[in-house]
Amino acid sequence: MEMTPGPTTPAAPTGAPVYEDYFVNMGPQHPSTHGVLRLVLKLEGETVLGLTPVLGYVHRGIEKMGEAMTVLQFTHLTDRLDYLSAHMNNWGWALAVEQALGIEVPERAEHIRVIMSELTRISSHQLWWGVLGMDLGAFTPFLYGFRDRELVNDIFEKTCGARLTMNYIRPGGVTADVDEDFAKDVRAFLDYFAPVIDEYETLVGGNIIFQERTKGIGVLSPELARSLGCTGPTLRASGVSYDVRRNRPYGIYPKLAFQVPVATEGDCWARYKVRIAEMRESLAIIRQALDTMPEGPVRAKLPAILKVPAGRWLGRVEAARGEIAFFLVGDGTDKPWRVKVRSPNFSNLAALPEIIKGNRVADVVAVLSTLDVVVPCIDR
Amino acid sequence: MTDNWIWHTERIPPAVTAWLTGLLGGGAGVELAKMVIVAAILTGFVSLLALALVWIERKVAAHVQQRLGPMRVGPHGLLQTLADGLKLLSKENITPLEADHFVFHLAPLLCFAATFVALAFIPFAPDIQAVNFNVGLIFVLGIGSVGVLGILAAGWSSNNKWSLLGAMRAGAQIISYELSATIALLSILVFAGSLDFRGIIASQAGGWWIWRAPVVGFVAFVIYGIASTAECNRTPFDLVEGESELTAGFHTEYTSIRFAMFFLAEFVNMFVVCAISATVFLGGWMPFHIGNAAGFNRIADFIPPWAWFFGKTTLLVLVFMWVRWTFPRLRVDQLMNFEWKFLLPLAFCTLAVASVLVTAGWYFFPG
Repeated sequence: MEMTPGPTTPAAPTGAPVYEDYFVNMGPQHPSTHGVLRLVLKLEGETVLGLTPVLGYVHRGIEKMGEAMTVLQFTHLTDRLDYLSAHMNNWGWALAVEQALGIEVPERAEHIRVIMSELTRISSHQLWWGVLGMDLGAFTPFLYGFRDRELVNDIFEKTCGARLTMNYIRPGGVTADVDEDFAKDVRAFLDYFAPVIDEYETLVGGNIIFQERTKGIGVLSPELARSLGCTGPTLRASGVSYDVRRNRPYGIYPKLAFQVPVATEGDCWARYKVRIAEMRESLAIIRQALDTMPEGPVRAKLPAILKVPAGRWLGRVEAARGEIAFFLVGDGTDKPWRVKVRSPNFSNLAALPEIIKGNRVADVVAVLSTLDVVVPCIDR
Repeated sequence: MTDNWIWHTERIPPAVTAWLTGLLGGGAGVELAKMVIVAAILTGFVSLLALALVWIERKVAAHVQQRLGPMRVGPHGLLQTLADGLKLLSKENITPLEADHFVFHLAPLLCFAATFVALAFIPFAPDIQAVNFNVGLIFVLGIGSVGVLGILAAGWSSNNKWSLLGAMRAGAQIISYELSATIALLSILVFAGSLDFRGIIASQAGGWWIWRAPVVGFVAFVIYGIASTAECNRTPFDLVEGESELTAGFHTEYTSIRFAMFFLAEFVNMFVVCAISATVFLGGWMPFHIGNAAGFNRIADFIPPWAWFFGKTTLLVLVFMWVRWTFPRLRVDQLMNFEWKFLLPLAFCTLAVASVLVTAGWYFFPG
């Protein structure tokens, strides 16, 4: 699509009106672009003829910064990619480093990693659910989502001392053991949250207006989803059953019994259903991991200086929005030669211009919200 | 005990006239003085009303969302809206560079004037009504339509693409839904046989039209409720502002007192449609009576008529707020489909059935 504004009709006879395409900037400052994302919309009335995402407003050069710091230091920066799945980002990086240095992670740390990651997935989906409601014009779900997310954040704060950028999972295990109330707190949250998901379903999913707004909107075909590299709930809502936790297992996921929710419609409604189902699955995973959590150390013994041998490694995990992968190239020094982050949000956002054509302005908001992108992860 | 001016408000206007005549010695001065007094009262009432409604809205929203809302300024945040209002007034008044200045400045006045004038026709209690004439209801509906002009003008003159989108939505939405609202009211008017607010209230002495007109009364009430929600641009029909889509819709570029006028107009408009609904369907200031239950009727009569009016109106306002904080927003094409393919045909059916019922005399307590 041509995105330069200008006359589209060929040189009109003198005196005849010249029609121009109607371009609108959605963002970089807009309530529904979730951060500093800019979407250039080409409109005809309310109908979207084309859409171009413009990226880079929060580019911080995280990959390049990785070349100037040690592998342990870089863990801090992975938090700042997709800040809503900080634990999973830490884990992905830790996996790459552990492969490179051949580090064995203690069993207890593996359990803690799973519990923390699944809690992060729940809290991320809680936020997504609330924001989806707000994007569709219902403000109340937003506050309900935050109300419940607070409980997860409290658990994080008690364990890692941080609520957003945790920096907790690190190469070799986790930073410190969990506090003594951890199991009790997590179980209390699980018991509280299971019925709350039903409330979510009643308040938003059961609403006829919400269903009308999401069913059949922004249909992403499985072929397109595969070719664009979409992952996570976005891909699974299009009928492709791919989950890193099951297809390329890591940690203790092979020992845990869980379902990978899949929907076939590929529309906003399917993405909604998949994420709601994922929250329930995460609750089940946390329960199993808690039940089987052994005692013991939470950190492998590491040398004082971690030297990355020459070679290439890939650490991939299933984050809340899809597969996040860290590609690590070492050259024998204590600093990586190159770090590459494969962002799930970047690929998922790529679907937006394809699936939005012909829909209305209001649908842009709905589709963007169900694709659930986090901009700092795209810009890096 | 009930035999005083609090219950018999119809005694107030003659008393005021007599007092003014004594003071000014009759003539045109009395009429002029009456106009000034009424205008002053209405202006004061509008300000208080807006403050109260905004506070109630924030409190309702807060409690729906499991929080407290304003709590710091005054007891339970009662003075919060006053503080916010003062803050708004002290803000810089910005006009966009390429805006159409005249229209840009006129738009908020148009919006506000339309709702303000409508308020003058509302009968708050017996004879407590600034203006009354024989086609009052039609006039109020007509003056309400002027408000959309203000919104269109605001969006058009702002020189902002989002504002323009919002204004176009407003034009389509308000004009469409006005049809349903008017026809729903018409189907009650055929029962009441009057376009005059006093006549409509007097016709409900035997019972409120919402139940006296079998089924159609209730259906018309619901249609009017839905259509007037759309007319007030409130959720689920708040596409005109559509915060998450259009940032703020037609008033994106407005600041300070001009924004406050739109805001004020919106809340007063909500009160006006609820007041009309209460008057036409729920008997206005008439107390609720049950046939021959004399004891109950005496208790109902013990509540003054203006309290009945404000009670009914506030109840409807609360329903509006409850809906707003629960529902998501419709999309623009769904909005149009709903109006033209469902609500309007239903309204026409209601009107047809109502006409048949009236002709045949098939409703409660005719005559």
